[in-house]
Formats: sequence, structure tokens, C-alpha cells
Amino acid sequence: MTNLIEIKGVTHAYRTKAGPLPVLDNLDVSVPEGEFCAVVGPSGCGKSTLTRLIAGLMKPDQGEVWLHGERVTSPRKTVGMAFQNPVLLEWRTIIDNVILPLEIVAPRMPRRDREDRAMHLLEMVGLKGFERKRPSELSGGMRQRASLCRSIVHKPDVLIMDEPFGALDAFTREDLWQTMRDLRAAEPFTCVLITHDLRESVFLGDQVIVLSGRPARAQHVLNVDLPADRTIESLYTPKATEMLHLLRDQIRIAQGRDGVPH
Amino acid sequence: METLKKIAVPSLAILAFLAFWEFIVWINDWPNYKMASPSDLPPAFARYSHLFIEMGWQTLWRTVAGLGLAVIVGTLLGMAMGFSKIARDALYPLLVGFNAIPKATLVPVIALIFIGQHDFNTVLMAFLISFFPIAVSVGIGLSTLEPEYRDILRSLGASKITIFRKIALPKTLPEFFGALKVSVTLAFIGTNLVEIVSPHGRGLGALFKSGETNGDYPLMFAVLIALAVLGIVLYYAVVALERIFAGWAERPQG
Repeated sequence: MTNLIEIKGVTHAYRTKAGPLPVLDNLDVSVPEGEFCAVVGPSGCGKSTLTRLIAGLMKPDQGEVWLHGERVTSPRKTVGMAFQNPVLLEWRTIIDNVILPLEIVAPRMPRRDREDRAMHLLEMVGLKGFERKRPSELSGGMRQRASLCRSIVHKPDVLIMDEPFGALDAFTREDLWQTMRDLRAAEPFTCVLITHDLRESVFLGDQVIVLSGRPARAQHVLNVDLPADRTIESLYTPKATEMLHLLRDQIRIAQGRDGVPH
Repeated sequence: METLKKIAVPSLAILAFLAFWEFIVWINDWPNYKMASPSDLPPAFARYSHLFIEMGWQTLWRTVAGLGLAVIVGTLLGMAMGFSKIARDALYPLLVGFNAIPKATLVPVIALIFIGQHDFNTVLMAFLISFFPIAVSVGIGLSTLEPEYRDILRSLGASKITIFRKIALPKTLPEFFGALKVSVTLAFIGTNLVEIVSPHGRGLGALFKSGETNGDYPLMFAVLIALAVLGIVLYYAVVALERIFAGWAERPQG
């Protein structure tokens, strides 16, 4: 299997008033096509920087980012993004929000086809009947569902998500994990998910990468050895518990608190 | 029932105000040349009705022209300040300083530079007094756009112009209309300032001045009322535009 995303020896530092602030240090990550890669790590370790690098919104100081065997130097149309803030455009209806990427990527696509595509996705995430509403009329979870639809409406190769469920309550979050799982089963895409939630990383991920504290490198890679049709219940199996323990320990090491009683 | 209430409440408030005004003049037994009462106004309007229409039109078109200029220049300045930090650092102190100058002091300056150009001077003053809020609000609206909004389109390779047209511009509209409501009132003040101060001026301001010169107090008060009515019309015209173009920003109440 080929690696769709290949990050090789990426080092990056932000220039601040107090001098350069290194955030990524010789980071290597590879994600095979169709895989779901969850990235966890302590706060402020450069996870968001990683998403911007893959999306081509930034160039690394050193190292290379490759997508589909092509070096990433600028944004490309085959990427979808979702953030913690759903960033829906308040002046557009839900369906027009979902259509937005198609206006850029496929300007010649007929309006009808765009709407059909958007409706298909909205139906899958349970937003049928809300397509003509404005974002301000929807709950936080529903807005995030619409945002997910927008991020994959143009069938991107790579979906990059930066803590998309971080601002939701625990139960809504679990609902969205299942939505995400079903979307992936219906429309295969390669995904990089940045998260703070270890259970989320195990539920959704095929591999979980633990980043070290700043400047971040790949400290540990865990292959999630659970069946593809996971349920929330799968998180309570001994196997999952063992993986969560392992990840928890890795996070403590990344935070520099190894050996401190907990 | 609701619409009736919407019309009845402000109408009754205006009637109550006029009654109070009439009462104050009557109880103090003030003569016409000290303070006109509401009952003096209809005859004044009737006598000079053609002048009110002609002068009102003068004031109206010059205010709208000045405001239109303020919208164009204010938006351009705001865009420059919103997109470039250098432009913001360079323009901000200049604009704040200029805005701090009481505009009445500029009337003689303008009158000396463009002698006799009454229309031009009036429009210019309406513009000078009203572009500042627009420039500042557009500038702040654009510079405080959350980076994620930009990123959702930028990550697809959209051009800067596309991002501006599809996201930055509509997102700034509520701020823009907030500023426009302030600016329309200011432009109106600017127009009248020049009309009153200029010798042989035109417009409602000039009509007010002629009332003063002739000691025609009912006429002066009638002009004030006409100005208030025109001001209300202009303000609600902006509100109507806001409903059309930025109605989405209005949250359902309750």
C-alpha cells in the first residue's frame, strides 16, 4: 500500500519577539491511503501547525511534506478541513454552506448536482430537514455535523481535522464519532485527526501518533488493533483499555512528568 | 394587532410630545418671536411649501451624494487598513487626528479653497464628516476575521479576491451597516452646517438662516421639524438596506 501522506524530517519554528520558538523537530509521519491517523500530544506541542503544513497553508523550515507522491508547497483542491469552531457562514443556509467548497473546486458543476451531493451528505449525518435553516438556528453538535459535510463535499483525498469535537459535550461527541465512522464507511478518505481525547483517538484511529512536548517529534505510534465496525462498547473491552493505558503513559512522558506519582 | 401597535405607540408618543410643547408655550405665554408652538407650524409649512420641497430636495441629494462618497472612500480606506498592517499603522493616527478636528472649523477653509462652489462644498463636507466610522468599522471587521474562515477557502487554493468576495465582505456587512447608521446622521449634519454658514446658500439650512434673518420664528421651527423628518427618512432608508443585505445577522428575539 502506498503512503498517501508522507511527512519527512519536518522541523519548524515560529519567529517570536523572544526569538525562534521551535514547534516541530525532525517529525516523521506516514499515513497509508484510506487510513485514519489520530494525532495526540500535550497542549501547545505543534499539532495545529502539523495540520497547516499538510494543507499547504504553511511551508516547513526544513523537511518535506508529500501528498499522493507530490511535494506540497501550496494549498491543493484535494484537501478538506474541519476545525473545533465549525466556521459556518452565518449568511448562508446550511445547504449553501455545505456547497461552498464545490464553488471553488468545481465552479462549472450545475447547481442541481451540487445540491444533490450536499443533500446526500446532510441526510447521512442526520440533518435532513434542516438544509434551509441558518447556522444560528442549529445546536453546536448540528453545526459541527454540517461543518463535517462541508469538509468532504468535494470528495477530498485527505480530510484534516483539528479537534473538531473538542467543544461538544461528551454524549454529542460520542454521537459524532459514530457519524464519522459511518461517513468513512460510505466514502473512503484518508484522515488526519488532531485531538486531545484519547478515547476518540482509539475509537476513530487506525493508528495513533503521540507527539512529544514542544518541539514535537513522533514519540510513539500505536496501531489500533480493533475491528473497523467499532461501537462505543468496543472502548470498554480489555484490549481498548490496555491501549488507552499505554497512550496515557505516553502522554505523561510527553508532558515530562514521567516518574511523578499520579 | 401587532402592526397597529407598532404604528400607534410611536405616533402617540409624538402627539404627547407636541401637546407638551404646546402646553409649555401656552403656560408661559411666550410670544411667537420667543418660541413658536406646534400650532404655528402648519401655516408656516403652508406658506412656504414650495420652498420646503425645493430646499428639502437640495439637502437630501447633497447628503446622499456625500454619504455615497463616504461609503466608497471609507470602504477603500477600511480595506487598506484591514488587509495591511503597514497601512493600518500609517493611516490610523492620521484618521483619528482628522476626525478630532471639529468640522465647523473646516467650513471657512473649504469655502476659501472652492469659492462659490456651493454644491461641491456641501457634498464635500457631508463626506468629510461621515467617512471615518465607515473606514474604522470596515478595517476592524476585516482585520478581526478569524483565520479559520480564511483557511476553509485558502486550503482549497481559492484566490484572495474569492476569499474577500465570499467571506470577508459579507461577514463585515453588519459592522458596515452599524457604521452607516452613524454616518448618515453625520453627513446630514455636515450638509446643514455648510448650508447655514454659507452666504446665499441653498437647502433647508439656508431656509433656516433666512427665517432667522427675517425674524420668522415659526419658519425656523418648521425647518427644524422638516430636518427631523428628513433625518428619520434617511436613517430608516439605511435600516431598510441593512434588512435586505445583512438581515441574517439579526437574531430572532425572545
